[in-house]
Amino acid sequence: MTDVGRHPKITLYTMSEVVDVKGYVGSFDVSILKKARYVNEKECTACGECSKACPVVRPDEFNLGLSSRKAIYSPFPQAVPSAYTINISECLGHNPVVCGKCVEACDKKCIDFHMSDQEIVERVGTIVVATGLEAYDPTELDEYGYTRFENVLTSLEFERLINAGGPTGGGLLRPTDRKTPRSIGFIQCVGSRSSSRGASYCSNICCMNTIKSTLVLKEHFPDIDIKVFYLDIRAFGKGFEDLYMRSRRLGVHYIRGLPGTVEEDGNRNLKVSVENTASGKLEIYNLDMLVLALGIKPAQSTRRLQEILGLQLTPDGFFLEAHPKLQPVDAATRGIFYAGCAEGPKDIKESVTQASAASARAIRIMYKGHISSEPITSEIIVEKCKSCGRCAEVCPYKAITVDVKKKNPAVVNTAACAGCGTCAAECPFDAIEMNHFTTNQIMEQVDTLLEERPGEKILAFACNWCSYAGADYAGVSRLQYPPNVRIIRTMCSGRVDEDFIWEGFRKGAPVVLVSGCHIGDCHYINANHWTEKRVEKIRKKMTKLGLRPERLQLAWISAAEGVRFAKVMKELEELRTGVTPEEIGHTISILQDREKGKTP
Amino acid sequence: MEQTARQDQKESGGTRPRIGVFVCHCGLNIAKTVDCARVAEMASGLKDVVVSKDIGYACSEPGQQRIKDDIREQGIDRLVIASCSPRLHEPTFRKMIQSVSLNPYVLEMANLREQCSWVHMEDPQAATEKAIDLVRMAVSRARHLEPLNEGTLPLTKRTLVIGGGVAGIQAALDLADNGFEVVLVEKRPSIGGTMAQLDKTFPTMDCSI
Repeated sequence: MTDVGRHPKITLYTMSEVVDVKGYVGSFDVSILKKARYVNEKECTACGECSKACPVVRPDEFNLGLSSRKAIYSPFPQAVPSAYTINISECLGHNPVVCGKCVEACDKKCIDFHMSDQEIVERVGTIVVATGLEAYDPTELDEYGYTRFENVLTSLEFERLINAGGPTGGGLLRPTDRKTPRSIGFIQCVGSRSSSRGASYCSNICCMNTIKSTLVLKEHFPDIDIKVFYLDIRAFGKGFEDLYMRSRRLGVHYIRGLPGTVEEDGNRNLKVSVENTASGKLEIYNLDMLVLALGIKPAQSTRRLQEILGLQLTPDGFFLEAHPKLQPVDAATRGIFYAGCAEGPKDIKESVTQASAASARAIRIMYKGHISSEPITSEIIVEKCKSCGRCAEVCPYKAITVDVKKKNPAVVNTAACAGCGTCAAECPFDAIEMNHFTTNQIMEQVDTLLEERPGEKILAFACNWCSYAGADYAGVSRLQYPPNVRIIRTMCSGRVDEDFIWEGFRKGAPVVLVSGCHIGDCHYINANHWTEKRVEKIRKKMTKLGLRPERLQLAWISAAEGVRFAKVMKELEELRTGVTPEEIGHTISILQDREKGKTP
Repeated sequence: MEQTARQDQKESGGTRPRIGVFVCHCGLNIAKTVDCARVAEMASGLKDVVVSKDIGYACSEPGQQRIKDDIREQGIDRLVIASCSPRLHEPTFRKMIQSVSLNPYVLEMANLREQCSWVHMEDPQAATEKAIDLVRMAVSRARHLEPLNEGTLPLTKRTLVIGGGVAGIQAALDLADNGFEVVLVEKRPSIGGTMAQLDKTFPTMDCSI
């Protein structure tokens, strides 16, 4: 920690939050709101005289309210920066009539009530998101009595109590009588692995954290009686099983089953009833203290940051990585990386590993001093552009600017363009070409596919990141499905132009599929929203023309959904066999009068 | 859009594209189900295809050498590799054609493994028909591929690290020790995060700070 404070290459902004990010890989402009500390960070020597003089006493957040601090304080002895800070909403005010005692006490005159919040803008090339975690709040699990019984503590509170730097100097004391407990119980999976309360995932760290705590306890108090109530012990990491075995050898009693109720007796001891699923019996334990092994939740700031940076979240609320195996620290947006619990619950070793990986990935982009831009970007055909502004409206990256009033043609910022192709698909004047996925190239694929026996074939569009990968996953899993489908790959389902679909039907395709990432998982922020709207629009037109709209299908298939891909293929084949040659002939006759490849 | 309008600029310029097709067996992964020789033979009759061959392992060193030799000898300027998923080996083959001075974007892959042989194992006939279609489609697309060049953009050699817990601290130090500037933003008055609140930490059982 001190290395960070001293490092000449690191600028540290504490009490600060990122409020806005503009730009793209290589040139992000980051707005940072730095809140006033009211103490000069450089001058303060952390002598503590100000704190002694301060009359305001408040619960200490660092010790989770188990001790108190003043309104001017240092969060903890090893804090970096070591400078004190004033919580201005608690401070009585610097008016000497009211208080101002700290100002008098400070010899170095580093307290300044005229400081104000600052907005700082920094330009950076890459971003590492390491926003950490929030501990689960066990209030809703009322059966454990956390809010009713003082001797029921959370695992974090326990950490502070056993810590030499904590409020009791490391002497483990019961909150009610300040005596060292003779027996202590740990309840596992508090807020984890539950479909109804807390989260359904495993929080990864709580088993080992409890095992560690039992070892620390046995070291300090060899005679203490320890019970651990658990579902499974997940000691999967290197050296973890050893620690677990050591804990068992030291006499820690592991009981398989989570308590149903916790009650308190007259001595403020806790009576824990548990169904031991190993013995099948209801067992009752009397314990002096109970610790709830809290699960990990995404940090509160996650959602806001996700919006600011245009990132995606997994259903459990953590940040989504570009690929769970091959790019586990990359965000889908180039130049942004994850480290630590921001991406999912993990322990210190894993957080450190991932942080080193994230920095290596960032350096991989930066070391050359310039970055290469993907040539898969859109290009405006200036002669055809009518400056309608549609492309700028649909671009998820705000990479296109059009001056609609002055009728200047659209301009693509190729550095910001990620290559989804939504603009090219949406342009009403065919004035945008998507490099490497040109209209020409894709139309030729459609035509070639339907040249012979079109009635037997299913034309499918699949996005590179999800559906095409899902099709690959079906292959890797050797899932068998009907052989009639032919996939055309695009980078994003947003690229699938209306014209491609009409061309397919005009050439005799019985069924057309458009497939992409699930809504919310699009690799191009939200480009698939436009896909959805477009497909809806085409279906309406089909109905008007007397064509069965269900012949155009839309399916969201993720990279992990090989089974779903195979299932969709089977459904499409059923749909296809229901389309008669007469129906196809009818479709062709309706569409062939119109200009080839054009929207009816 | 008229057919003529959609014809490649190359064509209007008078020179026809010269397409090479290589159908990979991937050992038996593809060849057990798909008749690779038949697919290659079919492709040899397609317009603009100057070379069409089936090949044991396209990605192997000797496989790549054979393809590169053909590219040089036959003056191939567009390449179709019918093998596994482009998500797997597109980078491999892009590098390969760059080494014989072709633009990496004049490559098209037909996915005969993940999306054909592996999913239609019970119907080799239909799988071969599908493979033929996929290669025909790839050739049609390849005819219109254009060389593309990666541009360069300016870059600020600095990293923003959001969060000063153990992960943020480690990332910041690794970057800074490698000579890159770091801006570390922490919401609280001190860095340290949740880790700083812990007593001993597993597996080493030493203190957290």
